[in-house]
Amino acid sequence: MPPMDAEILARLQFAFTVAFHILFPTLTIGLAAILVFFEAKHLRSGEEVWLRLYKFWVKIFALSFGMGVVSGIVLSYQFGTNWSEWSRITGPVLGPLIGFEVLTAFFLEAGFLGIMLFGWDKVGPRLHFLATCLVAIGTVISAFWILAANSWMQTPQGASFIDGHFVVDDWLAVIFNPSFPWRFLHMTNASFLTAATVVAGVSAYHLLARNNPEIAKRSFSVAMWAVLVLAPLQILIGDFHGLNTLKHQPAKIAAMEGNWVTRSHAPFHLFAIPDQNAQTNHLSIEIPYAASLILTHDPAGVVPGLDEVPLEDQPPVGIVFWAFRVMIVLGFLFFALGLWGAWARWRGRLAEDRHLARFAVAMIPAGFVATVSGWIVTEVGRQPWTVYGVLRTADSVSPTVTASSVATTLVLFLIVYGGLFGAYLYYLLKIIRQGPGALTVRETEKRPEAIRGARPGLIVPSE
Amino acid sequence: MTDIAFISAGVIGFAILMYVVLDGFDLGVGILFPFAPDEASRNTMINSVAPVWDGNETWLVLGGGGLLVFFPMAYSIALPAFYIPVMAMLFALIFRGVTFEFRHQAHTSTQLWNRSFFWGSVVAAFAQGVLLGALVQGVHVDGVRYAGGMFDWLTPFSVLTGLGVVAGYGLLGATWLIYKTEGKTQAWARNAAVVLGGGTLVAMAAVSVMTPMLRPMIAERWFGGLNILYLAPVPFITGAVFIALFWSIFSKRELLPFLCAIGLFMLGFFGIAVSLYPNIIPPSLTIWDAVAPRSSVMFALVGVAVVLPMVLIYTVYAYSVFHGKASAEGGYAHHEHE
Repeated sequence: MPPMDAEILARLQFAFTVAFHILFPTLTIGLAAILVFFEAKHLRSGEEVWLRLYKFWVKIFALSFGMGVVSGIVLSYQFGTNWSEWSRITGPVLGPLIGFEVLTAFFLEAGFLGIMLFGWDKVGPRLHFLATCLVAIGTVISAFWILAANSWMQTPQGASFIDGHFVVDDWLAVIFNPSFPWRFLHMTNASFLTAATVVAGVSAYHLLARNNPEIAKRSFSVAMWAVLVLAPLQILIGDFHGLNTLKHQPAKIAAMEGNWVTRSHAPFHLFAIPDQNAQTNHLSIEIPYAASLILTHDPAGVVPGLDEVPLEDQPPVGIVFWAFRVMIVLGFLFFALGLWGAWARWRGRLAEDRHLARFAVAMIPAGFVATVSGWIVTEVGRQPWTVYGVLRTADSVSPTVTASSVATTLVLFLIVYGGLFGAYLYYLLKIIRQGPGALTVRETEKRPEAIRGARPGLIVPSE
Repeated sequence: MTDIAFISAGVIGFAILMYVVLDGFDLGVGILFPFAPDEASRNTMINSVAPVWDGNETWLVLGGGGLLVFFPMAYSIALPAFYIPVMAMLFALIFRGVTFEFRHQAHTSTQLWNRSFFWGSVVAAFAQGVLLGALVQGVHVDGVRYAGGMFDWLTPFSVLTGLGVVAGYGLLGATWLIYKTEGKTQAWARNAAVVLGGGTLVAMAAVSVMTPMLRPMIAERWFGGLNILYLAPVPFITGAVFIALFWSIFSKRELLPFLCAIGLFMLGFFGIAVSLYPNIIPPSLTIWDAVAPRSSVMFALVGVAVVLPMVLIYTVYAYSVFHGKASAEGGYAHHEHE
């Protein structure tokens, strides 16, 4: 193994900081939409249960949003510290996209988050609802711009390379580049699915712990409806996204499939140990024709192989291959969770099926793992390029920043983020254990079955 | 033809000034945190900034992002040049930022987050001051790239500007607290404002004396030809604002000290702009050398022209929602035990 140079260290550092960051937006984009739903239900029905759910989930939202903000600011400066060549060369394209994200999303979220969290007795209920909606819209706008920026690097168009940097000819072509629509749908839906699964899992935990189950069953029901719809939708979007990648980044597809030679009747490898040096797989277990069928919808279809890509232009196959499989397996587990929920609901046992509840609890981390795996597929799969086919990763790093500086900050990031993540989980679990609290007397008089185990007017810790 | 480089520089200058004033006061609250009379005061202090800090910090992203938008070459030179202070600032802002969410969930570890808030604020402020000094003193550029070492930024001048910004942010924080608190906390904040006002006065004076000595061009800008006549009022106005600051603190005015502190930052900012212009990276890279291609600048400026006024309007609105005195029980405490 060659000594660690500044480039590989900068890549490791960015991979770590960006993967850490994406955990939080993945939750908050979807959770913001769920909060809009809870508050809308409360405004329409006046039922306290929706307000309790809102006030419980908004704490988790705030905690996660804060982590997203602090880890996101790091990225906006890390482009320059570690990737100064990339910044200068692609800045004319990506700078304005990030600038629009700040102007149209970050300010909107930050401006109204304060009202959302602290404005209850300062503004009326409708204005508060508006603040929640604006924050939720802000999270999606943010995803729009940053995914446009990322997608442009994957499938660049609308700009020319002049005098050592890009010059934009057509902004609409830049923003709506070929991979953007599918990546945007895939990521936002991943976020909605992750948030729905987290709400389902935490509600299931409260059902299992009998911590105010009359509240938990309502959120469990909502979340399981969402999983039932979003999980198959995500598989469908993922399929289209894959076809798009086949068209624009065939080398990435070849790595995802572990397909070394361009061929028809290509199998799907359930298991394999890709060997980049030998340009072959070991211990492969295959489903015949399946890759051709998935990618071309024809068992005899031709699937591109890595033999068409010079070795120096190939992505690291093993990582892409396995990250892709992790994502796929989790995708189908979401689908299974949705179906099981529908079946239990049909039998009238949605809140009573304890095996389903345990499955839902176990699935809480799945959305995060699947999302990070998906990003590993797309980001490692586009190597060795930062701007696909135009700018190499090796030509993107900061030339004057020493390997020891990058190594030092990498170690600091590992320690600091590790510690912060521990603190985040600690406080998150504390909030979850507390639960949404009991309904007050007024509400329980209306719904007498809700009074079980409730101490009116107090936040009841889990029993 | 309009000078898009000049307008772009104006936009970035505006974002940085907004950042320095807005995040300046909430970082200042963090700098003052351990010196507060008691834990109830600390709760009031953190509640006074909790609803707005995130928006304040967003101006930093606009400043950094704006540099990438309008002057990508300057961004790609400055950040590697200032690698260590930038990273120090980022780590510090992480610790400062998470405190808002973690501290109010904490029971046994409140002290830990108090310390995190303080050190995060102090280091972020110091690092920003160092960045300022390091930029003013100049950066070694060769062609389109940074050509210096990892520690070029570290000089007595940059350490002085670092300390000056810590004092200045502390002053902004103290005067903000005079405005937003009452009773014991307010009385303490008045004392703090006097001390930090003195520190800011010394730092501004020292920086003002040293800056023209850095490069002949800066001395020429201030003292050459008729410029000395045009610019002579600047130190006198600054002096007058300092007098107004101390007078307003001693006469127990509530809002005026904060406005004076903001005025001092605007004057300091103006002074630096005068010293640097037309360089974006002194001593040699001008705004015209570094400006992004016209298609990028125009696209971004349209966005700024349309969206920034809206941002300002709802920012003012968000502040107005939380007008009046902050309390120890409001904010997070309220949100927790609704």
